[in-house]
Amino acid sequence: MNNFLGIEYNVWWFLVFGAVISGYAILDGFDLGAGALHLFLKKENSRRIALNAIGPVWDGNEVWLVIGGGALFAGFPVAYAAIFSAFYIPFMIFMVGLIWRAVAIEFRSKEPGLKWRWAWDVVYSFACIVIALSLGLMLGNVALGIPLNEEHEFSGTWLTFFNPFSIMVSVTALALFMTHGAIYLAMKTENRLYTKLTILAKNANIFFVVTFGITSLYTLLYIPHLSDKIRSNPVYFILPLLMFLAIANIPRQLNKGKYRYAFISSSVTIATLLAMVAIEVFPNLLYATNNAQNSITITNAASSVKTMKTLLVIALIGTPLVALYTAFVFWTFKGKVTLDEASY
Amino acid sequence: MSIEILSRVQFALTVGFHYIYPPLSIGLGLILVIMEGLYLKTGNEMYERMTRFWIKIFALIFGIGVATGIIMEFEFGTNWATYSKYVGDIFGSALAAEGIFAFALESGFLGILLFGWNRVSARVHFFSTVMVFLGSMFSAVWIVVANSWQQTPAGFHIVGEGMHARAEITDFWAMVFNPSSVDRLLHVWVGAFLSGAFFVLSVSAYYIIKEKHVTIAKASFKIALVVAVVFSITQLFTGHKSADGVAKNQPAKLASMEGHFDSSAAADMYLLGWVNNQTQTVRGLKIPGGLSFLVHQNFSAPIQGLNAFAQADRPSQVNAIFQLYHLMVLMGILMIAITVYATWLWRKGILFEKRWLLIAFTWAVWLPQIANQAGWFTAEMGRQPWVVYGLLRTSDALSKTVKANQVIFSLVLFTLVYITLLILFLYLLNKKIKHGPVDDTVKEQIEEGSKRDNPLLVH
Ligand code: HDD
Ligand code: HEM
Ligand code: HEM
Repeated sequence: MNNFLGIEYNVWWFLVFGAVISGYAILDGFDLGAGALHLFLKKENSRRIALNAIGPVWDGNEVWLVIGGGALFAGFPVAYAAIFSAFYIPFMIFMVGLIWRAVAIEFRSKEPGLKWRWAWDVVYSFACIVIALSLGLMLGNVALGIPLNEEHEFSGTWLTFFNPFSIMVSVTALALFMTHGAIYLAMKTENRLYTKLTILAKNANIFFVVTFGITSLYTLLYIPHLSDKIRSNPVYFILPLLMFLAIANIPRQLNKGKYRYAFISSSVTIATLLAMVAIEVFPNLLYATNNAQNSITITNAASSVKTMKTLLVIALIGTPLVALYTAFVFWTFKGKVTLDEASY
Repeated sequence: MSIEILSRVQFALTVGFHYIYPPLSIGLGLILVIMEGLYLKTGNEMYERMTRFWIKIFALIFGIGVATGIIMEFEFGTNWATYSKYVGDIFGSALAAEGIFAFALESGFLGILLFGWNRVSARVHFFSTVMVFLGSMFSAVWIVVANSWQQTPAGFHIVGEGMHARAEITDFWAMVFNPSSVDRLLHVWVGAFLSGAFFVLSVSAYYIIKEKHVTIAKASFKIALVVAVVFSITQLFTGHKSADGVAKNQPAKLASMEGHFDSSAAADMYLLGWVNNQTQTVRGLKIPGGLSFLVHQNFSAPIQGLNAFAQADRPSQVNAIFQLYHLMVLMGILMIAITVYATWLWRKGILFEKRWLLIAFTWAVWLPQIANQAGWFTAEMGRQPWVVYGLLRTSDALSKTVKANQVIFSLVLFTLVYITLLILFLYLLNKKIKHGPVDDTVKEQIEEGSKRDNPLLVH
């Protein structure tokens, strides 16, 4: 029995991994976006509100990354080994970014002095930008593929990562997170700050549309194979369509003050974008640009069927539980941010 | 330096730094559960203030624990790619289970624990505290299972050969309950409880000496003392169980821990000593045949010594392992001594009257920290030269594509980041402690102050 409901275990696990990563991008995406915009908020009180908007949830959101790492490690150990050792330097920078974001949030409120707080604001915002950019850079390289030898080990240099396409994806990711984060903050704030954030959200959305447009155009012109499958299969065409509708919907909903719908739209944008990348790379996990034979695929990277079965059971038990208490936490902190003595 | 040494140093640095915080989080978690439970039970408002104060400190510790833990999760892939491929089947499952069962639980409810006071009822808040504590306990389960598997592999078979060999699970539960996981998990949990308890003892003793926040400090001290005395004694037994397991499963490690070379002889147990690897002798204070007695209940039973193993198959740093092991045991004995003595004074009703004892307790926070670090170093160095005991050598486990200069880059980066973090952590911890819990006088000041300016800025 190599399949479950007619789908092979490694395909299931590809889907689960994809879902976890999308979950991470949507959830931590708004934290990172909010952080990237942090310095645009000038008043101490606005910054505190912005921080407390993500305060109770960002840590839980980051756990999706940890789960994603575990899922990749368990389901596709060869990919886990190759990807992280290949992206050594970008990944180290990414992780240092994560450290500084976490401690900046924690440390900032521990001293009343404004200088202290502003210094941490800079660290915090900068860390979020670095995290978003490096995530985008890695996504770009995964979409594009990197050179791999027969042992599926990276055979390029760190300069390989800084190709035009990946840099564009990197900036686009930042723009998308900024949009997403501004919408989330708008959802959690009121009055003047709310107004300010709707403007920021619209500007970020424009930034996103422009970068996204350039990246797409570049892809279609110079890397046509990255849109092969979507162009050849009309069913997949739903995805870009859905995405364009979602992007267009953002300013509309913001104008109407329906930030919740705007938030759903930006979430859909993130999910469809990742789904398109997933469709294009499937069944590769990491395409070898030098020799397609060396690619890491969901077949040659997979762990044993037994492990994947066990993992699926773990996921089936765990996911509803996680969903349950994530919902509970979000529900507890629903509505506009109010500051009390427990706040940051 | 070779890339192997660099990677090992980096791993030891990052995990050792991480491991300052988890035991504190777990141990403080236990104490928070007790404190808040007492508050719910008695309705005494002092317990509420006490809980709130320790939660503030807990937040700081937990934050750094999370930040440094993420690195660990990915470091297997970045620096130990061959190892990751080899153990992915097994290790990955444990890490995935950890993420989904443990980390999601703790960080989910952490939000409510830290910020939920005014949003949920006291009961729901208490429930969240319990969940955060359980989450941290679970995370220890999975990570220790993964580590124990690499010490005493079970429930797997090897597929492929040479470069492509890897372990596949054949029996999930045999993998989880491998020969050392239960013993080591208990030992690690108890070590964590001791870290938390001695931390609370230390801060409380400091307040009592300074005559600040005395009511809360004395009550906290007593709660922590109960935890500390019970678990210091327990730790002797879990430690003994671990040593027993090591004797069965990893004889070369046991022999290194006591510097025992000659397989035909009975093994001594040292209280203090120095191993000379060249002459294969140990000088120091010993109980002749002590180790033989512990393992075989017979002072003259021979024990397999290091010479039974080829040079290439046994740890080279025998003296370091010996010292670290004895350091841990020494710390354990000191903890028993100090807590039993304090409990005895408590029974006599003069617990807080010996100033030197309170001073000793302010410093005793280091004892469990040192023991925890020394314990891990013993376990991990004693496992060498294997990364997976008997199966995969550490030198074969590296990432082949990663170059020495990349590791130097990350090593320097982490060293700088961690030094900065440690300084900031200690600075803020010190401030939090100086600031202390909000007791009645401070509360009144804040209420008065709130009329003038925003009291929220104080926090
Ligand atoms: C005895 C327990 C223990 C041990 C040996 C380790 N950890 Fe740890 N870890 C915890 C106990 C813990 C914890 C108590 O659950 C932490 C510390 C404080 C915290 O916030 O959670 C944590 C945090 C933490 C996080 C962040 C989780 C989050 O975002 O909430 C990760 C990814 C790891 N750890 C991973 C590791 C890895 C890969 C280790 C092995 C090399 C490791 N830890 C050793
Ligand atoms: C429980 C989770 C842990 C796992 C899965 C784990 C796994 C590993 C791995 C893969 C290595 C690198 C390979 C090697 O040198 O053998 C290693 C080395 C090491 N670890 Fe652990 N470790 C864990 C916890 C810890 C902790 C908490 C500490 C200390 C505080 C620690 C101390 C060390 C040291 C000192 C080394 C280097 C040993 C040497 O090279 O001689 N480990 N560990
Ligand atoms: C009192 C006597 C003690 C004895 C006889 C003892 C024994 C041991 C042994 C034999 C190991 C190695 C286990 C292995 O490699 O599988 C170990 C590891 C360890 N010890 Fe102890 N220990 C004692 C006290 C303590 C104390 C007081 C602490 C902490 C507060 C502590 C914390 C640790 C830790 C964290 C490890 C590494 C994890 C593990 O391997 O279990 N130990 N101990």
